Amino acid sequence: MSLLQVKDLNIEFHDHIIPETVVYDFDLEIDQGEIVGLVGESGSGKSMSAMAIAGLLSRHDMTKRGSIIFDGTDMLNCSRDKLRSIQGDTLSVVFQEPMTSLDPLKKIGYQVGESMMLHRPDISPEDRKKRVIEVMSHVDLDEPEKLYDMYPHELSGGMRQRVMIAAAMAITPKLLIADEPTTALDVTIQAEVIELLKHINRKHNTSILFISHDLSLVRSLCDRVLVMQQGRIVESGSTKQVFEHPAMEYTKKLISSIPKVEIDDTDC
Amino acid sequence: MILTVKDLHVSYKNRKKNSLKYDEKEVLKGLEFSIDENEIVGLVGESGCGKSTLAKALLGLIKSKSGEINLNCKHPQMVFQDPYSSLNPKKRISFILEEPLKNLTDMTSEERRKKAEWILGEVGLDKEYLDRYPSELSGGQRQRVCIAQSMILGSDFLIMDEPVSALDVTIQAQVLELIRELKIKHKLSILFISHDLRVVYSLCDKVMILKDGLIVEQGDRDKIYRNPQHEYTKKLLKSAGITI
Amino acid sequence: MNKGKKNINLILGLILAGIAIIPALVGIFWTPYSTEAMDVSLKLSAPDMRHLLGCDNYGRDILSRLMAGSKITLIIGIGTVFFGCSIGTMVGALTGYYGGLIDNVLMRVNDVLFSFPSILLAMVFVSLTGAGNLQLVIALGIAFIPSYARVVRAEFIRNKNMDYVMAARLAGASNLRIIFVHILPNTIKVLVSSILIGFNNAVLAEAGLSFLGIGVKPPEASLGSMLSDAQTYLFSRPSMVVYPGVALILMILGIALISKEIK
Repeated sequence: MSLLQVKDLNIEFHDHIIPETVVYDFDLEIDQGEIVGLVGESGSGKSMSAMAIAGLLSRHDMTKRGSIIFDGTDMLNCSRDKLRSIQGDTLSVVFQEPMTSLDPLKKIGYQVGESMMLHRPDISPEDRKKRVIEVMSHVDLDEPEKLYDMYPHELSGGMRQRVMIAAAMAITPKLLIADEPTTALDVTIQAEVIELLKHINRKHNTSILFISHDLSLVRSLCDRVLVMQQGRIVESGSTKQVFEHPAMEYTKKLISSIPKVEIDDTDC
Repeated sequence: MILTVKDLHVSYKNRKKNSLKYDEKEVLKGLEFSIDENEIVGLVGESGCGKSTLAKALLGLIKSKSGEINLNCKHPQMVFQDPYSSLNPKKRISFILEEPLKNLTDMTSEERRKKAEWILGEVGLDKEYLDRYPSELSGGQRQRVCIAQSMILGSDFLIMDEPVSALDVTIQAQVLELIRELKIKHKLSILFISHDLRVVYSLCDKVMILKDGLIVEQGDRDKIYRNPQHEYTKKLLKSAGITI
Repeated sequence: MNKGKKNINLILGLILAGIAIIPALVGIFWTPYSTEAMDVSLKLSAPDMRHLLGCDNYGRDILSRLMAGSKITLIIGIGTVFFGCSIGTMVGALTGYYGGLIDNVLMRVNDVLFSFPSILLAMVFVSLTGAGNLQLVIALGIAFIPSYARVVRAEFIRNKNMDYVMAARLAGASNLRIIFVHILPNTIKVLVSSILIGFNNAVLAEAGLSFLGIGVKPPEASLGSMLSDAQTYLFSRPSMVVYPGVALILMILGIALISKEIK
């Protein structure tokens, strides 16, 4: 039994007069310890599907059909309390925008430790602080003791994204959903964050659903890839297979759109 | 040479909180470079390195503190990063395209309209787009309009500030192809600012690497990609997954 | 919010405002009787076929006075908005676009104006210049300048650093052209909703001042002065209070609903 099973997921919006379907027949399985990439251009429905899996889509103005079974729980039909007990515990999300996804009025330490406070109430505040600092040092944040009492505006973009990952990893989730976590970052920082995700995956056997429009990142990180176009999965398979032998025209087009750097090293 | 820059310094003044004194922060610390006719020079750097400041200083939108900028071109123009905020949402495309002609030439309205139709054709858009508003266009189409506006005065030097980084990959490839064609057809010189080393490689003749207000390395594209000298350049190339 | 609900608010607002404003528009050209002709024999008479809403304490036809009063209130409201909005927009545009010293000076003046209740400011002005419709418009207009200036200034500050303004500058547009041709159209959306709210405030302020006896000069009618006249007869003839009161409420509620949807 795999960790996450999504079958025939359809998402339909009703906030206009004509209902609009944004995701059609979405199927996905993720095993424990797997990194799966979800690739597509803007408007392809990749974020929408991921938010549905995380249980973060509101229940108003839309219908979701199909089934999402995560770790034995039916995410579409379970109670809100059950959903809350999963979010931030066995399932965590890292968002794209590190500038807006932290609360500007709360200290870093509090934000990293919040999920621990909510889901592991038996841990004493002193222990919690110790663990938060440990988690922060795991994501390569220097001087975590000092950072603990700082506010988000004192940090750079790359550091904030590490804090976000630390917050998501505070109680070692089984599945980490990363929605374009590196898009807003500089290239060198981007590479470091990717390394960090790989490290987390190896160390804790955490599954990662990595959503991105950047094919070169997906190629360097993921075991399997799904390509989405206009709300549908058009191609899926192992990273090697999809990148080296793409079956669909759209995938070929996506891959050929990455500018090539061909340096002939004959006279090097 | 269409552009020569010598020992350019630019700094910002910020007033300190609760004080009348100004805090001076040097953003560009003595840049030296030149751009030839019909040449695309890539300017690579990460956020906060002074890329956009350089662009604005070259166009005279902000004052430089010291140094020389010699620009042998009449109306240098700029293409901005975000195609959503660089077109006035309340104006039709025809107004946006004709604006430079209205202000800086004495063409009649028919001549302006003709020219706008022509330039739109040059960037691969149908003339029916003239009567649309920016909100009716996709990101790629908007960026085409921006390029058209920057070219309508017949400028031979353009600055492009991350013109494709807000676009999807497939659209990005199309716009890059367009820039390549326009460069050859209209003999353009372009300062192409980007953080994406792959895009820079595919488009530029020369490359400059900017870090903390200083050019740490510059030269022919192949030389830099094949044989980077500076540690920072090596790190950038490695981060982008480009290894020799 | 879904679309159906939006339209209901808008339609309801238009209907309510229409009920209050259409008689006022008719009142500009025609009223059933003269608004100032008194007929003692009809003093406080009940509604009948000739006087649909009855007559007031001087025997004047209430319907005619209501139509004329709504008209005056409407004109003062529009005049005030026009006066306050045009000056406020200029001040806001210049301060927001240029910033620096001019911004500091004008915004501090604005703060001073803002720190007085607008109705108090208008009272002081009217007591200096004497009562009258024009004085009232100017007094209320000045009192409402700061609210428009702030809204427009904020929009200009937001817009002036956007790339399209930079592009316009590179296209050779002068500062004035950038202010009025490029940026101003982008503030219209915010401006319209504050105009509608400002209209409501102006109508209420006029009614308040007239109620206090320093608004329009009697025997001319406005909704406020009608309320003021009627307060003595609040218990003997409550309808005298109800008509102008309802007209005022309809006008304000209607406009408020419309402005809510335009936002």
